[in-house]
Amino acid sequence: MNDFEAIPDHGLGWLEASGEHADIVLSTRVRVARNLQGHAFGPRARVNDREAVLREFRAAIERSPGLRDGVLLELPSVGERMRRILHERRLVTRDLLGHDDGEPASGTAVHFSTRDPVSVMVNEEDHLRAQSLVSGLRIQEAWQVVDRLDDELGRELPFAYHHDFGFLTSCPTNVGTGLRASVFMHLPGLVLTKEIGKALRGLGELGLTFRGLYGEGSEVVGQFFQVSNQITLGRTEDDLVDGLERAVRTVIQKELEARHWLTREARGITEDKIWRAYGLLRYARSLSFDELMALLSSVRLGKSLKLLPGLRVYSLNKIMVFTQPAHLEQAAGRDLSPEELDEHRASYVRRVLATEGDVSATDDPSAGDPSSEKP
Amino acid sequence: MSEMICENCGSTDAVVHLTQIVNNQMSTHHLCEKCAAEKGLDSGPAVGDMPLVDVIAQIAEDPAVDTHWGSGQCSFCGLTHDDFRRTGRLGCPHCYESFSAELPRLLRRIHGGAKHVGKVYLPPDPSASELEKRLDGLRRRLERAVQSEDFERAAEIRDQIRALEPA
Repeated sequence: MNDFEAIPDHGLGWLEASGEHADIVLSTRVRVARNLQGHAFGPRARVNDREAVLREFRAAIERSPGLRDGVLLELPSVGERMRRILHERRLVTRDLLGHDDGEPASGTAVHFSTRDPVSVMVNEEDHLRAQSLVSGLRIQEAWQVVDRLDDELGRELPFAYHHDFGFLTSCPTNVGTGLRASVFMHLPGLVLTKEIGKALRGLGELGLTFRGLYGEGSEVVGQFFQVSNQITLGRTEDDLVDGLERAVRTVIQKELEARHWLTREARGITEDKIWRAYGLLRYARSLSFDELMALLSSVRLGKSLKLLPGLRVYSLNKIMVFTQPAHLEQAAGRDLSPEELDEHRASYVRRVLATEGDVSATDDPSAGDPSSEKP
Repeated sequence: MSEMICENCGSTDAVVHLTQIVNNQMSTHHLCEKCAAEKGLDSGPAVGDMPLVDVIAQIAEDPAVDTHWGSGQCSFCGLTHDDFRRTGRLGCPHCYESFSAELPRLLRRIHGGAKHVGKVYLPPDPSASELEKRLDGLRRRLERAVQSEDFERAAEIRDQIRALEPA
């Protein structure tokens, strides 16, 4: 089956803003890296290694009752734009797309389970990377889904495993549990109060690390951070998952304190920044993705502070995904130049804000008027 | 937000913020540079901030370490130490055996430990000892789930144990 439409929720379940603290934590991802015995790892794998890995994986899911009904997309037979859409929905990594606009390597594939929110990338840097990507703060739940899938695959496939080093991976930074749990957070309060440096250093001391939206090497834009465990060896999976959860809850608490401080000590400036951002998003005719993310960050803060109650977090999440180049081109039905992308992006945002988040009723003209303040 | 005061001397601005987890209790300490240095806390760059190839290079160049980085080759995939130092990636599962003399040092540097204590893999046709190791691992997880009162999880693990235990 090679049907994009058959992917459960179109791979967009993580946008639904349903989990705990969904305004601060956009999504949780847990993945494990696994390799098969007898084949070179991804970067050194030859065509016959990659094809054998995919063959063994396909046979395993066909034997496994819980996975048989899933959707397997072989990337070389997925169209170029649809491949980029998969990446923009965070379902495959850039590595899997092929480098420098080349075609994806033979044997690269992604499998989506129809039972649980879990997918498997085949022939990435490691032979298999199983990941669960869910909305909000749900680290334990995502880990349990991945754990179960890992057990099922492990019953069918000979994983490369060493009694001392655990599950063997291409990169020594993943060896052992092969587990990377990451939480995608929006931390404008900590950024605006300049407390973010301290928070990030604190995470470093706990063996955690942070990255931008698309993982390793990607930039931090719009005050969005991915916080994840750095260590994968010498701790149990439960310890890693619990440690991340505790740290993330501490960061959430600090973010809430920073937001409280902003509304108490800098209400005027904060509200002005939020409304200006809303105005630009609502009426701009051209928006770069970076500008959009910066404005969206302010508006998201406004929503959290209950200044923009007409808006839904879901709409804001959706804007982040559907304003990326491949999504805009798919909607337009053609390739777009950089200038056209900025125009289509602004147009999409105006449409969503006009239809899904009318805030005019909440914009009391006397609110924030200095002359109306009581002495 | 107010400046942090060093909790040791109380006078200077705290610049080192140490978070510790002891017995599942997280505590944070704020210290000035001087007090932190006296307590032996180094605020220099953590390994986490360094590219992996630099960590590998640093270990390889450490004159105190008599390792053979730069020679040797994996018998299965042909990866050389030079390849590994250049890319930071191992070539295949056998590389972990081929370079087993040097790897623990690197792994300790990256992870703080070199021994896997997580999930025990049960291969498709397990031997009796592999089965026993897996059961030990599951029993530890069961104990932990019960301790943290995650009874749903505990029931799931108990089912897994029952499925593996000889009748």
